[in-house]
Amino acid sequence: MSHHIIEFRDVRYRYPDGTQALKGVSFRVTHGESVGIVGANGAGKSTVLLHMNGLLLPTSGVVTIGEVPLVKGTLEEVRRKVGFIFQNPDDQLFMPTVLEDVAFGPLNLGMSPGAAGELALEALRRVGALDLRDKPPHHISGGQKSSVAIATVLAMNPDILVMDEPAASLDPKARRLLIGMLRSFTHSKIVASHDLDLILDVCERCIVIREGAVAADGPAEKILSDRELLEANSLELPLSLQRR
Amino acid sequence: MTFETAYFGIGRLDRLSYQDTAVHRLDPRAKVIATMLFVVSVVSFPRYEVLSLFPFLLFPVLMSAIGDIPAGFIARKVVAISPFAVFVGMFNPLFDTSTVSIAPGLSVSAGWISFASILVKYALTISAALLLIATTSFPGICRGLRRLKVPSLFVSQLLFMYRYLFVLMEEAMRVVRARDMRSFGKRGTGGRIFIRIVGTLFLRTVERAERIYGAMLARGFRGEVPSMRHEILRIADVLFVLACGSLFALCRLVPLPEVIGRIAGGLFA
Repeated sequence: MSHHIIEFRDVRYRYPDGTQALKGVSFRVTHGESVGIVGANGAGKSTVLLHMNGLLLPTSGVVTIGEVPLVKGTLEEVRRKVGFIFQNPDDQLFMPTVLEDVAFGPLNLGMSPGAAGELALEALRRVGALDLRDKPPHHISGGQKSSVAIATVLAMNPDILVMDEPAASLDPKARRLLIGMLRSFTHSKIVASHDLDLILDVCERCIVIREGAVAADGPAEKILSDRELLEANSLELPLSLQRR
Repeated sequence: MTFETAYFGIGRLDRLSYQDTAVHRLDPRAKVIATMLFVVSVVSFPRYEVLSLFPFLLFPVLMSAIGDIPAGFIARKVVAISPFAVFVGMFNPLFDTSTVSIAPGLSVSAGWISFASILVKYALTISAALLLIATTSFPGICRGLRRLKVPSLFVSQLLFMYRYLFVLMEEAMRVVRARDMRSFGKRGTGGRIFIRIVGTLFLRTVERAERIYGAMLARGFRGEVPSMRHEILRIADVLFVLACGSLFALCRLVPLPEVIGRIAGGLFA
């Protein structure tokens, strides 16, 4: 299948306040690949991610999702293919109960309440959060919130999963569960994170972003064991590769 | 009252609505309509009416008894917001000084009577509204409003207000804690700081709203918040509305305390 491709070609983006956040980013992610995006704070990781489902549109350059170029007219189609998980689950969960939140996407895709409910329950089961279905999102813990946030996206059955710092604010056990969960998904995955061990566990490929451009792109094991490259990007060796 | 007790108080109101009693099981629409009828009947009394308002206490008392809502909790909330009502009526006794006799040999200025009337009306309507939330849950009320054909724009606004009230309060709580931690006993540290805190919170809110809207768009939002539940009006719901409606009409149109007084008087005469 060739339609789970993400391609950035010389993408530039300037924020309305004049900050040039992306200065020509190019890469291509093929079907089923899982790619980590790393870089210093403010390097442009989040800006890259926000282009993947059209929350930002490039100032110049082309983003292609599947065979569809990302422009205003194709937003809906692109958003159906790309599941986007935000860093803060409180931004992602806005409905009164967990089940209604997970069903929000399927209902918007025009499904009947019955079918959407089924899908939502299935998604909650996959992330192990079925018991939470009637709880309001403001009365569950941070780890539970992030599981539910992933379920909201799975329920839409996307081709590609995009995640911004998924493990921030998770305790080690919840983080370990998340890693297991991510490894079990066959989607193309794109994960931006400072948690390099997580990237090493989940992704086979890694892209380093520096000052709005791609500084390195290659197999995760090779890039994440390159001490000089990492340190030049305000990063360090993953803990599992550090000798004490 | 500190910020944190206020915060957890709202959380408690929320949890009370998860109970399962006869009142909780009623359709949200029925409770919304009954509460509206109640509020309209109460506020439609003329400004010098006090005694005739008391029969209306029956409604909040029954709701809290059957709905298993602790009356003390509701009463404390009513008192906590009462300064607003006090402000509204505060000047009545000063401006309206004509005297009225309320019992043989006892007369007060009409202003005091209208002040009392405002306070009683306030206590009745606010406790009814709080009980509506405690027995229906805020999202339930929104669903009811939506089914009653209130425009989706208003209802979604209410829904989001409810959802993010908690997030905003948590954020405010963190800021207030951070301030208190470094203000070494000088409580409040002045209005200027307070204004800046409110400003910061506002900016954070705007940024968050942008991110939430992004999350909604990412999941196919096109202007209508879909609902999964479809409640069907049962006979019990219709009966509830009819019973409440006739009770309020009776209390509104017949001066019950007077009637009861006359009957009691007749018995002893």
